[in-house]
Amino acid sequence: MSFLLEADDLVRVYTGRGGLLGKAQPVRAVDGVSLRLGRGETLGIVGESGSGKSTLGRMLLGVDPAQGGTVRFDGRPMPARNTTEWRALRARMQMVFQDPLAALDRRLTIAAQIREPLDIHRIGTEASRATRVTELMHAVGLRPDQAKRFPHELSGGQRQRVVIARALATKADMLVCDEPVSALDVSIQAQVVNLLRMLQKQTGLSMVFISHDLKVVRNLCDRVAVMYLGRIVEEGPSEHLFANPRHPYTQALVSSVPEPGRRLDGRVILQGEPPNPAKRPPGCAFHPRCLRATDICRSGIPALQPLGTDRTAACHLVAGETRAEVA
Amino acid sequence: MIRFISLRLFRAALTVLAVMTFAFVVLRMSGDPAQVLLGPDVPQNVIDDFRADWGLDKPLWRQYLAYLGAILTGDFGLSMRGGAPALDLVLERVPATLILTIPALFLKLSIGIPAGIYAALHRDSTIDRGVIVLAILGFTVPSFVMGLVLVLIFSIQLGLLPSGGFGTWLHAILPALTISVGGIGLLARFSRSAMIEVMGQPFIRTASAKGVKWRDVVWGHALPNAAVPIVTIVGFMVGSLIAGAVVVETIFSWPGIGRLLIVSVSNRDLAVVQCILLLIAAVMVCSNLIVDLLYGWLDPRLRAQPAH
Amino acid sequence: MGNLVEIRNLSVSFDGVPVLHSVDLQVAQGEALGLVGESGCGKSVTWLAALGLLPSKATITGSVTLGQTELVNAPRPALENVRGGRIAMIFQDPSSALNPVIQVGRQMTEALKLHRGLRGNAARTEALRLMDLVGIPDAKGRFNLYPHEFSGGQCQRIMIAMALAGEPDLLIADEPTTALDATIQAQILDLLARLREEMRMGLVFISHDLGAVAQVCERVSVMYAGRIVEQGPVAQLFDRPRHPYTRGLFDAIPRLDGPRTLLAPIPGTVPDPYNLPMGCAFSPRCSHAQDFCHKERPELLRQRDGRALACAYPLPEAGAHKTTMEKVTS
Repeated sequence: MSFLLEADDLVRVYTGRGGLLGKAQPVRAVDGVSLRLGRGETLGIVGESGSGKSTLGRMLLGVDPAQGGTVRFDGRPMPARNTTEWRALRARMQMVFQDPLAALDRRLTIAAQIREPLDIHRIGTEASRATRVTELMHAVGLRPDQAKRFPHELSGGQRQRVVIARALATKADMLVCDEPVSALDVSIQAQVVNLLRMLQKQTGLSMVFISHDLKVVRNLCDRVAVMYLGRIVEEGPSEHLFANPRHPYTQALVSSVPEPGRRLDGRVILQGEPPNPAKRPPGCAFHPRCLRATDICRSGIPALQPLGTDRTAACHLVAGETRAEVA
Repeated sequence: MIRFISLRLFRAALTVLAVMTFAFVVLRMSGDPAQVLLGPDVPQNVIDDFRADWGLDKPLWRQYLAYLGAILTGDFGLSMRGGAPALDLVLERVPATLILTIPALFLKLSIGIPAGIYAALHRDSTIDRGVIVLAILGFTVPSFVMGLVLVLIFSIQLGLLPSGGFGTWLHAILPALTISVGGIGLLARFSRSAMIEVMGQPFIRTASAKGVKWRDVVWGHALPNAAVPIVTIVGFMVGSLIAGAVVVETIFSWPGIGRLLIVSVSNRDLAVVQCILLLIAAVMVCSNLIVDLLYGWLDPRLRAQPAH
Repeated sequence: MGNLVEIRNLSVSFDGVPVLHSVDLQVAQGEALGLVGESGCGKSVTWLAALGLLPSKATITGSVTLGQTELVNAPRPALENVRGGRIAMIFQDPSSALNPVIQVGRQMTEALKLHRGLRGNAARTEALRLMDLVGIPDAKGRFNLYPHEFSGGQCQRIMIAMALAGEPDLLIADEPTTALDATIQAQILDLLARLREEMRMGLVFISHDLGAVAQVCERVSVMYAGRIVEQGPVAQLFDRPRHPYTRGLFDAIPRLDGPRTLLAPIPGTVPDPYNLPMGCAFSPRCSHAQDFCHKERPELLRQRDGRALACAYPLPEAGAHKTTMEKVTS
C-alpha cells in the first residue's frame, strides 16, 4: 500500500529564552517523529499543551520548517517552503484551525472566502468557480442565502463550516485539522465532526486530526498517535488503543476523560504539570509523572517498539511485559 | 539588565547619529549659506572667501567627518551670524522654551489623564461624550488656529492676557495653554481607551468578585494595567519638551528654541540648526529610553521578553 | 437544611433584550449544584447577576436572597461584603482571570485582608497555607511571582485558593476546567470535590461538560435560552433525561467505547435572544415537537418522579426508555 504522506524523523528546534538575562537555549518541540498517513485514512494526534502536536501538524504541510527529517507527499519529497512547487502543492493539502473567526477575513463575504483558493491557484473559469462555491456550500451544509453574509453574522459552527468549505475548494487530498471543534458547544461539535466524516467518505480525503479531546478523536479517527514532549509514545488503531491503552501516559489520559455517569472515584488522576519542552527530563520524558517509573525510566529514553502487528509504544515497562508475554 | 540597557543605549546612539547625518546632508543640499547670508549682490571672491573660512569648499564627506570629530570633542561649531558658539546660543534659549513646555506638560497630565479615566468609568454618559468631543477638537485643531482663538478670546475680547511677547508670567499663560490643548485631548483619548480595555478584562471581574472595593478595583487593579499605553504617550510628550513649541513660539513671538530654529533655518546658519536638531534628538531618545525601562517596571510580562 | 441562596423570578436583559427569563433556583447549605447548557443559555449570567457583576447596561429584576440579605440591586458596599466573603466565584480562563501586574501573593493577601482582616505576616502565613492546600508546589518560593510565571492549571489553583480566602459558604465555579488540558481538568475537579467536603462549602458548578458535572455535583439544572428546562438529582437526570434537550446534549457526546458511528448532534443552533421562537424556545430544534410546542411555552413543573421539567411532550419515565432512545437518535 502506498501512503499519501510519509514523515520520517521530523525534528523542530526553536530557540527559547528564559528571562532578560536568560541564555538562549534550544527547545525541541518535535523530536524525531515518524508517521504514515494512508489514502482516505484519518490519523488522530493527541497530547497535552506543550506536546508539540500543533507544531507537528504545521510541519506535515511544510508550513513550519523542519530542522531534521523528511516529509514525502504522494511519493515525492515535499518541496521547500515558499517555492512555486510548494505553493502549487498547497492546493492539495489544507489546514483547518481552532478559531474560525481568526482564520476568516471579516471584510469578505462567505462566498468570496470559499472562492479565494480557486482564484489563488487559478482553477477553472469565472463561471465554474461560482458553481464550485455553490457546490461546496451545499456540501458543508450552508444555506445558499448565506453566501452574501460576513463571518461575524454566522455562528461559531457555521464559521467552521466555511473554513472547511474553503479548505476543500481545491479538491484537497489531505486536510490537517488543529483542534477544529474545541471551541464549539458539544451539540455543534457533533455536527462538525459528522460533516468531516461525511466529506471524507464522499471524497476519499485523508485527514490528520489534532485534538486534546479523546472522545472526538476516537469517534473520527482510524488510527491515533499519542504525543508527549515532542515524541510519539504510543500509536495504534483508535478502538484498540482507547480500549486497551498500554503506555502509562495513554492510560492516564484515557482515565482522565470525564464521562457522564462515571464518578470521580477510582480514576487515575495524573499528578504534576503538563510537560515543559524547555525542561525535558532525562530518560523517559514522562517518568516524573509516571506511577510505575523505575530506575531504567530515569536514565534511558525508550524507543517506539511494535506491540503485536498494528501497534507501537515507547515504554520500557510495556516492552518488558510484551517480552514476558511472548516467552 | 546591563545587557538590555547597553543594547538600548547603543540603539539610541545610532538614532542620534542618523538624525545628525540626515540634518547635515539635507541642510547642505537645500541651499548655499554663503548666498543667503551675504545676499545676492556680493562679488564672487567674497563668497569664495566665506566658503573657504567655513570649510564649505571641501567635499561633503570631509566636511561631515570634520563635523563629527568636532562634536566628539564637544565643539558644536560657531554661528555663521555673529560667530558666537552655537551651543551657547542654543542653551541660552532653552529656559525660555521650558517655561512654556513644562507647565504645559503638567497641564496635559493633570487634565488629560483624569478626564480620560473618568470618561472610561462613566462610559456612554453625557460627560463621556463631552470628553470625547473636546478631546477630538483638542488634537485636531492645529495649534496656530488654537493660539489665535485663545488670543481672540483672552487678549482681544476680554483683555485679560497679553497677546504675545516675553516678560512676566502672564505672558506665558496663553502660549502654554495653546501647547497643552492638543496633548490634553490626546492623553484623554488614550487614557480613556486604555482604561476601557482594561476594565473589560477578566481579572477586573475577578477583583470585583472577591469583594475588592470599587475604588480599589479602579486604582489598584485597573490603573497599573492601563499605565503602559499611557506612559508611551507621556514619554513622547516629554521627548518633545524642547521641540514641541516651534509653532506656538512663532505665534506668540516667544524667544525660545523654536524661534531660534526657524530663524536659523531661514539663514542657513548650519551649526545652530545642527545643534538644535541634535539636542531635540537627544532629548527624544532619552525619553524613549526611560519609557522602555518603565515598561519592564510596569508590566512584569515585558521583563521576560527578548530585547530585539 | 435550609436554603443558602434562593433565586426567585430572576430576569436579566441587556439593552432591553431579555437573556434570562424569571429563573427560580435554590442552593442548599453545602450542596453541589450543576448548571449545564450550551453557551449563551444564561448559566453564567444568572450568577453574575446575583452578585451584581454584570455591566451597568444590564437590567435585573426579581430576587436573590442569601439568608436575610437581598442581593438584587443591593447597595455596592453590601454586595462587596458578600462577594468573596460569603459567595466566591472563579472563572473559565485562569490565566487572564488573575491580574497580570500584581504578584500572586499580594492578590491572595488582598482577599485575606478584605474578608478576614489579616495583615502582614499573618496574611502571608495564611496565604501560604491556602496555596499549599490547593497544591501549589513551593508556595513560599513562588509567593512573589507573577501570574504569567504559572501554568494554566496552577493559575486555576491560585484562583481557587483566593476564593477560599474568605471562607465562603458558596463557591461559584464558572467553567473552571474548560480551558485546561484533560489531565489537569481531572486534577482540578478532584481538588474542588475534596475542598467542598473538607470546608463544608456549597458549590455551583457551571459547565457545558456533562461528564465533569456528573463527577462533582449532586443536583443539576439544565438551562436553555435563558430558562431552566429540566432539574433534578444528577443520577436521575443523567440516567434518564426526560427533556429532549437534555437528552440531545447526552447523545451529542462521542463515546470512548462501543462502535464508532455517526454522532447525534442537536440540529440547528441556540436561538438569538433578539429573536426567540414562539412557544418552547427549543421547539425548532426538537424532533419531538408538536403543534402545541410551537405555540405555547411549557411551564417548569414538578414531576411525579421528583424532577422539574418544562416540556409538553417529555421522554417517558422508566420502562419505555429503549424505544425513546431509538426515536431520538434516528
